[in-house]
Amino acid sequence: MIEKKVKIVNRAGLHVRPAANLVKLSAKYKSDFFIFREGMEINGKSIIGVMTLVAAQGTELVLKFDGVDEKNAMEEIVDFFERGFDEL
Amino acid sequence: MNYNEMFKDKNKLEGIAAASGISIAKAFLYTKEVETIKDEPIVNIEEAKKNLIEAIEKSKKELRKIFNLAIDKLGEKRESIFEAQVMILEDQYLLDAIFKRLELEKRSPEFIVHDEITKYQNVLNSSVEDYLKERANDIGDIKNRLIKNLKNKQWKSRITSDVIVVADSITPADTVLFTRVNVKGYITSFGGLTSHAAIIARSLNIPAVLGVHDATSKIKNDDLLILDGIHGRIIINPDQEQLDYYDNKIKMLNQYDNELIKLKDEKAITTDGIEIKINANLDIEEELPFLIQNGASGIGLLRTEQFFNVLENIPDEELQILHYKKISQALYPDSITIRTFDIGGDKFLPYDVKEPNPMLGWRGIRFLLDHPQLLKTQIRAILHASLNSNIQFMIPMVSSTKEIIQTKRYIDECKLELRDSNIPFDEEIRFGVMIEIPSASLLIKEFSKYVDYFSVGTNDLIQYLLACDRGNEIVNQLYQEFHPAILRALDFMVREANSVNKPISICGEMASDKFAIPFLIGIGFTSLSMNAASIPYTKKIIRNLSFNKCKTLAKDCLSLSDENEILSRIENFYKENVQQDIDNIFN
Repeated sequence: MIEKKVKIVNRAGLHVRPAANLVKLSAKYKSDFFIFREGMEINGKSIIGVMTLVAAQGTELVLKFDGVDEKNAMEEIVDFFERGFDEL
Repeated sequence: MNYNEMFKDKNKLEGIAAASGISIAKAFLYTKEVETIKDEPIVNIEEAKKNLIEAIEKSKKELRKIFNLAIDKLGEKRESIFEAQVMILEDQYLLDAIFKRLELEKRSPEFIVHDEITKYQNVLNSSVEDYLKERANDIGDIKNRLIKNLKNKQWKSRITSDVIVVADSITPADTVLFTRVNVKGYITSFGGLTSHAAIIARSLNIPAVLGVHDATSKIKNDDLLILDGIHGRIIINPDQEQLDYYDNKIKMLNQYDNELIKLKDEKAITTDGIEIKINANLDIEEELPFLIQNGASGIGLLRTEQFFNVLENIPDEELQILHYKKISQALYPDSITIRTFDIGGDKFLPYDVKEPNPMLGWRGIRFLLDHPQLLKTQIRAILHASLNSNIQFMIPMVSSTKEIIQTKRYIDECKLELRDSNIPFDEEIRFGVMIEIPSASLLIKEFSKYVDYFSVGTNDLIQYLLACDRGNEIVNQLYQEFHPAILRALDFMVREANSVNKPISICGEMASDKFAIPFLIGIGFTSLSMNAASIPYTKKIIRNLSFNKCKTLAKDCLSLSDENEILSRIENFYKENVQQDIDNIFN
């Protein structure tokens, strides 16, 4: 199990398009993927969950990965957050 | 007992007589509102699961259809919303939760779907940000779509015997679905003569009374109803006397229809020898035997947009070819005029686009020219099916020569493609346009340089000329077929078309209006296209008319400036010239 703190950096925040891409990205991995925000826990592989995650620019989130390929999953997904979902 | 005594009691409702005929059957209330979700215990869990899976698949299919069409027009933002909606339907986390609850709680699937998805909406709705509320609506859309598809499956299985459908309103898609079950009539609270429910009911010869206020609150499920589509009246739970009266009338009507049907192979010819061609409008394949049986001389208007409704998807080229060929062969050697998809306006639009003025918006040929793939697929399919040389091609909602030239360019491209692939087709296929926009009615001479024929669509033309929305109850009394401006416009168009030697026909509801027919013939229309059910009666009317008298009537009407005067002139003419009216049965 790995935990990693990330920050939303793009202006539009985690809106529908990056939410869809995030779910598609996490689906590539076997590991479980959860997102925590202020006591709220979301399954990162569930689009409807991620869509309800209110995350504007500047919001801090904790990502949790658990499974055989957790390291690779963490690296790719954290990178996606750091790239501002390719909207910078 | 006479007809009026029948209606002195309190158990009656009145509305617009939208499709002729009489039915006696039990009521089936068709409500689509999502609020009516029932939290019912279920017994057969496997069946509920199966229904849920089917509803999910159907919803996905619908969304993909929207998605495919939406890509180039709606921009990236809405595109990603559609994509996310499809993903929600594949969200394993959500689906697991729903199916698990279904098994544990044994409650109706629509209740669980509603309850489970609403949770997510509530999280977003509690936010103050507008864009998050919007996102809650996007999630709500998918929930409603899923529930609608779940319910659609259920009501279909609920109709087991003959019923009269009672609803607030009926969409074209609903009407098509109902034709697959035993529907004996339609009653709606909203909608009028030219609504699509009315058009389809007429063409399938199913009685309908529309615009009946409070229909859904006054009529209960399983009430026995007498539906009188001739007078626009309904009797709820009739007494024996009323039943006997109507049973007798149904017999007389059948007799009358049998007399009329004998005119099947007779020509529609006036007493002074002018022959009028009577074609049928066709919406769905089911009508085909009916229109042949009623003696149509061809199909003047094949509305292809019903394809969307039947298939709930865009039909591919192969499917279209099969469909057009089948109809072409069934009618051979008579001709059929295929109109390209008229999507938009108040008709089925495969997007969730909200236009402020859909009737003045993105519809007909405008929509098709913005979707060249859709248009070209249809052109190729029509060409491909045209080998019998009895197919004509027509486009809807033309407002300028530019649209005609653009369409012709696509036709030429398609012809080239077919030649390149060695696919034979009718090189001489005739190309025509619908005249339903006022600008088009003024440009007939200009259009004639590019087209082979014209077809006047009166339903839209009237509402555009009078700037009156036929679906708006506040102003729809202004929608007048016999407005002097309408009569003059029609006369002008016929004269313009005659001056350039191009055929002109009429295919709106007006073509089958018994009062309008003498006028239309009088101004020189020699070809009428109408719902198949009206054909025998129209033939009968025409065989009673003298062309010369019709000409005089037309001339008189064109000189009048008041629609009430015109109407009484036209009604008197009808009474003087046509005997054995259906009204005599109810004397």
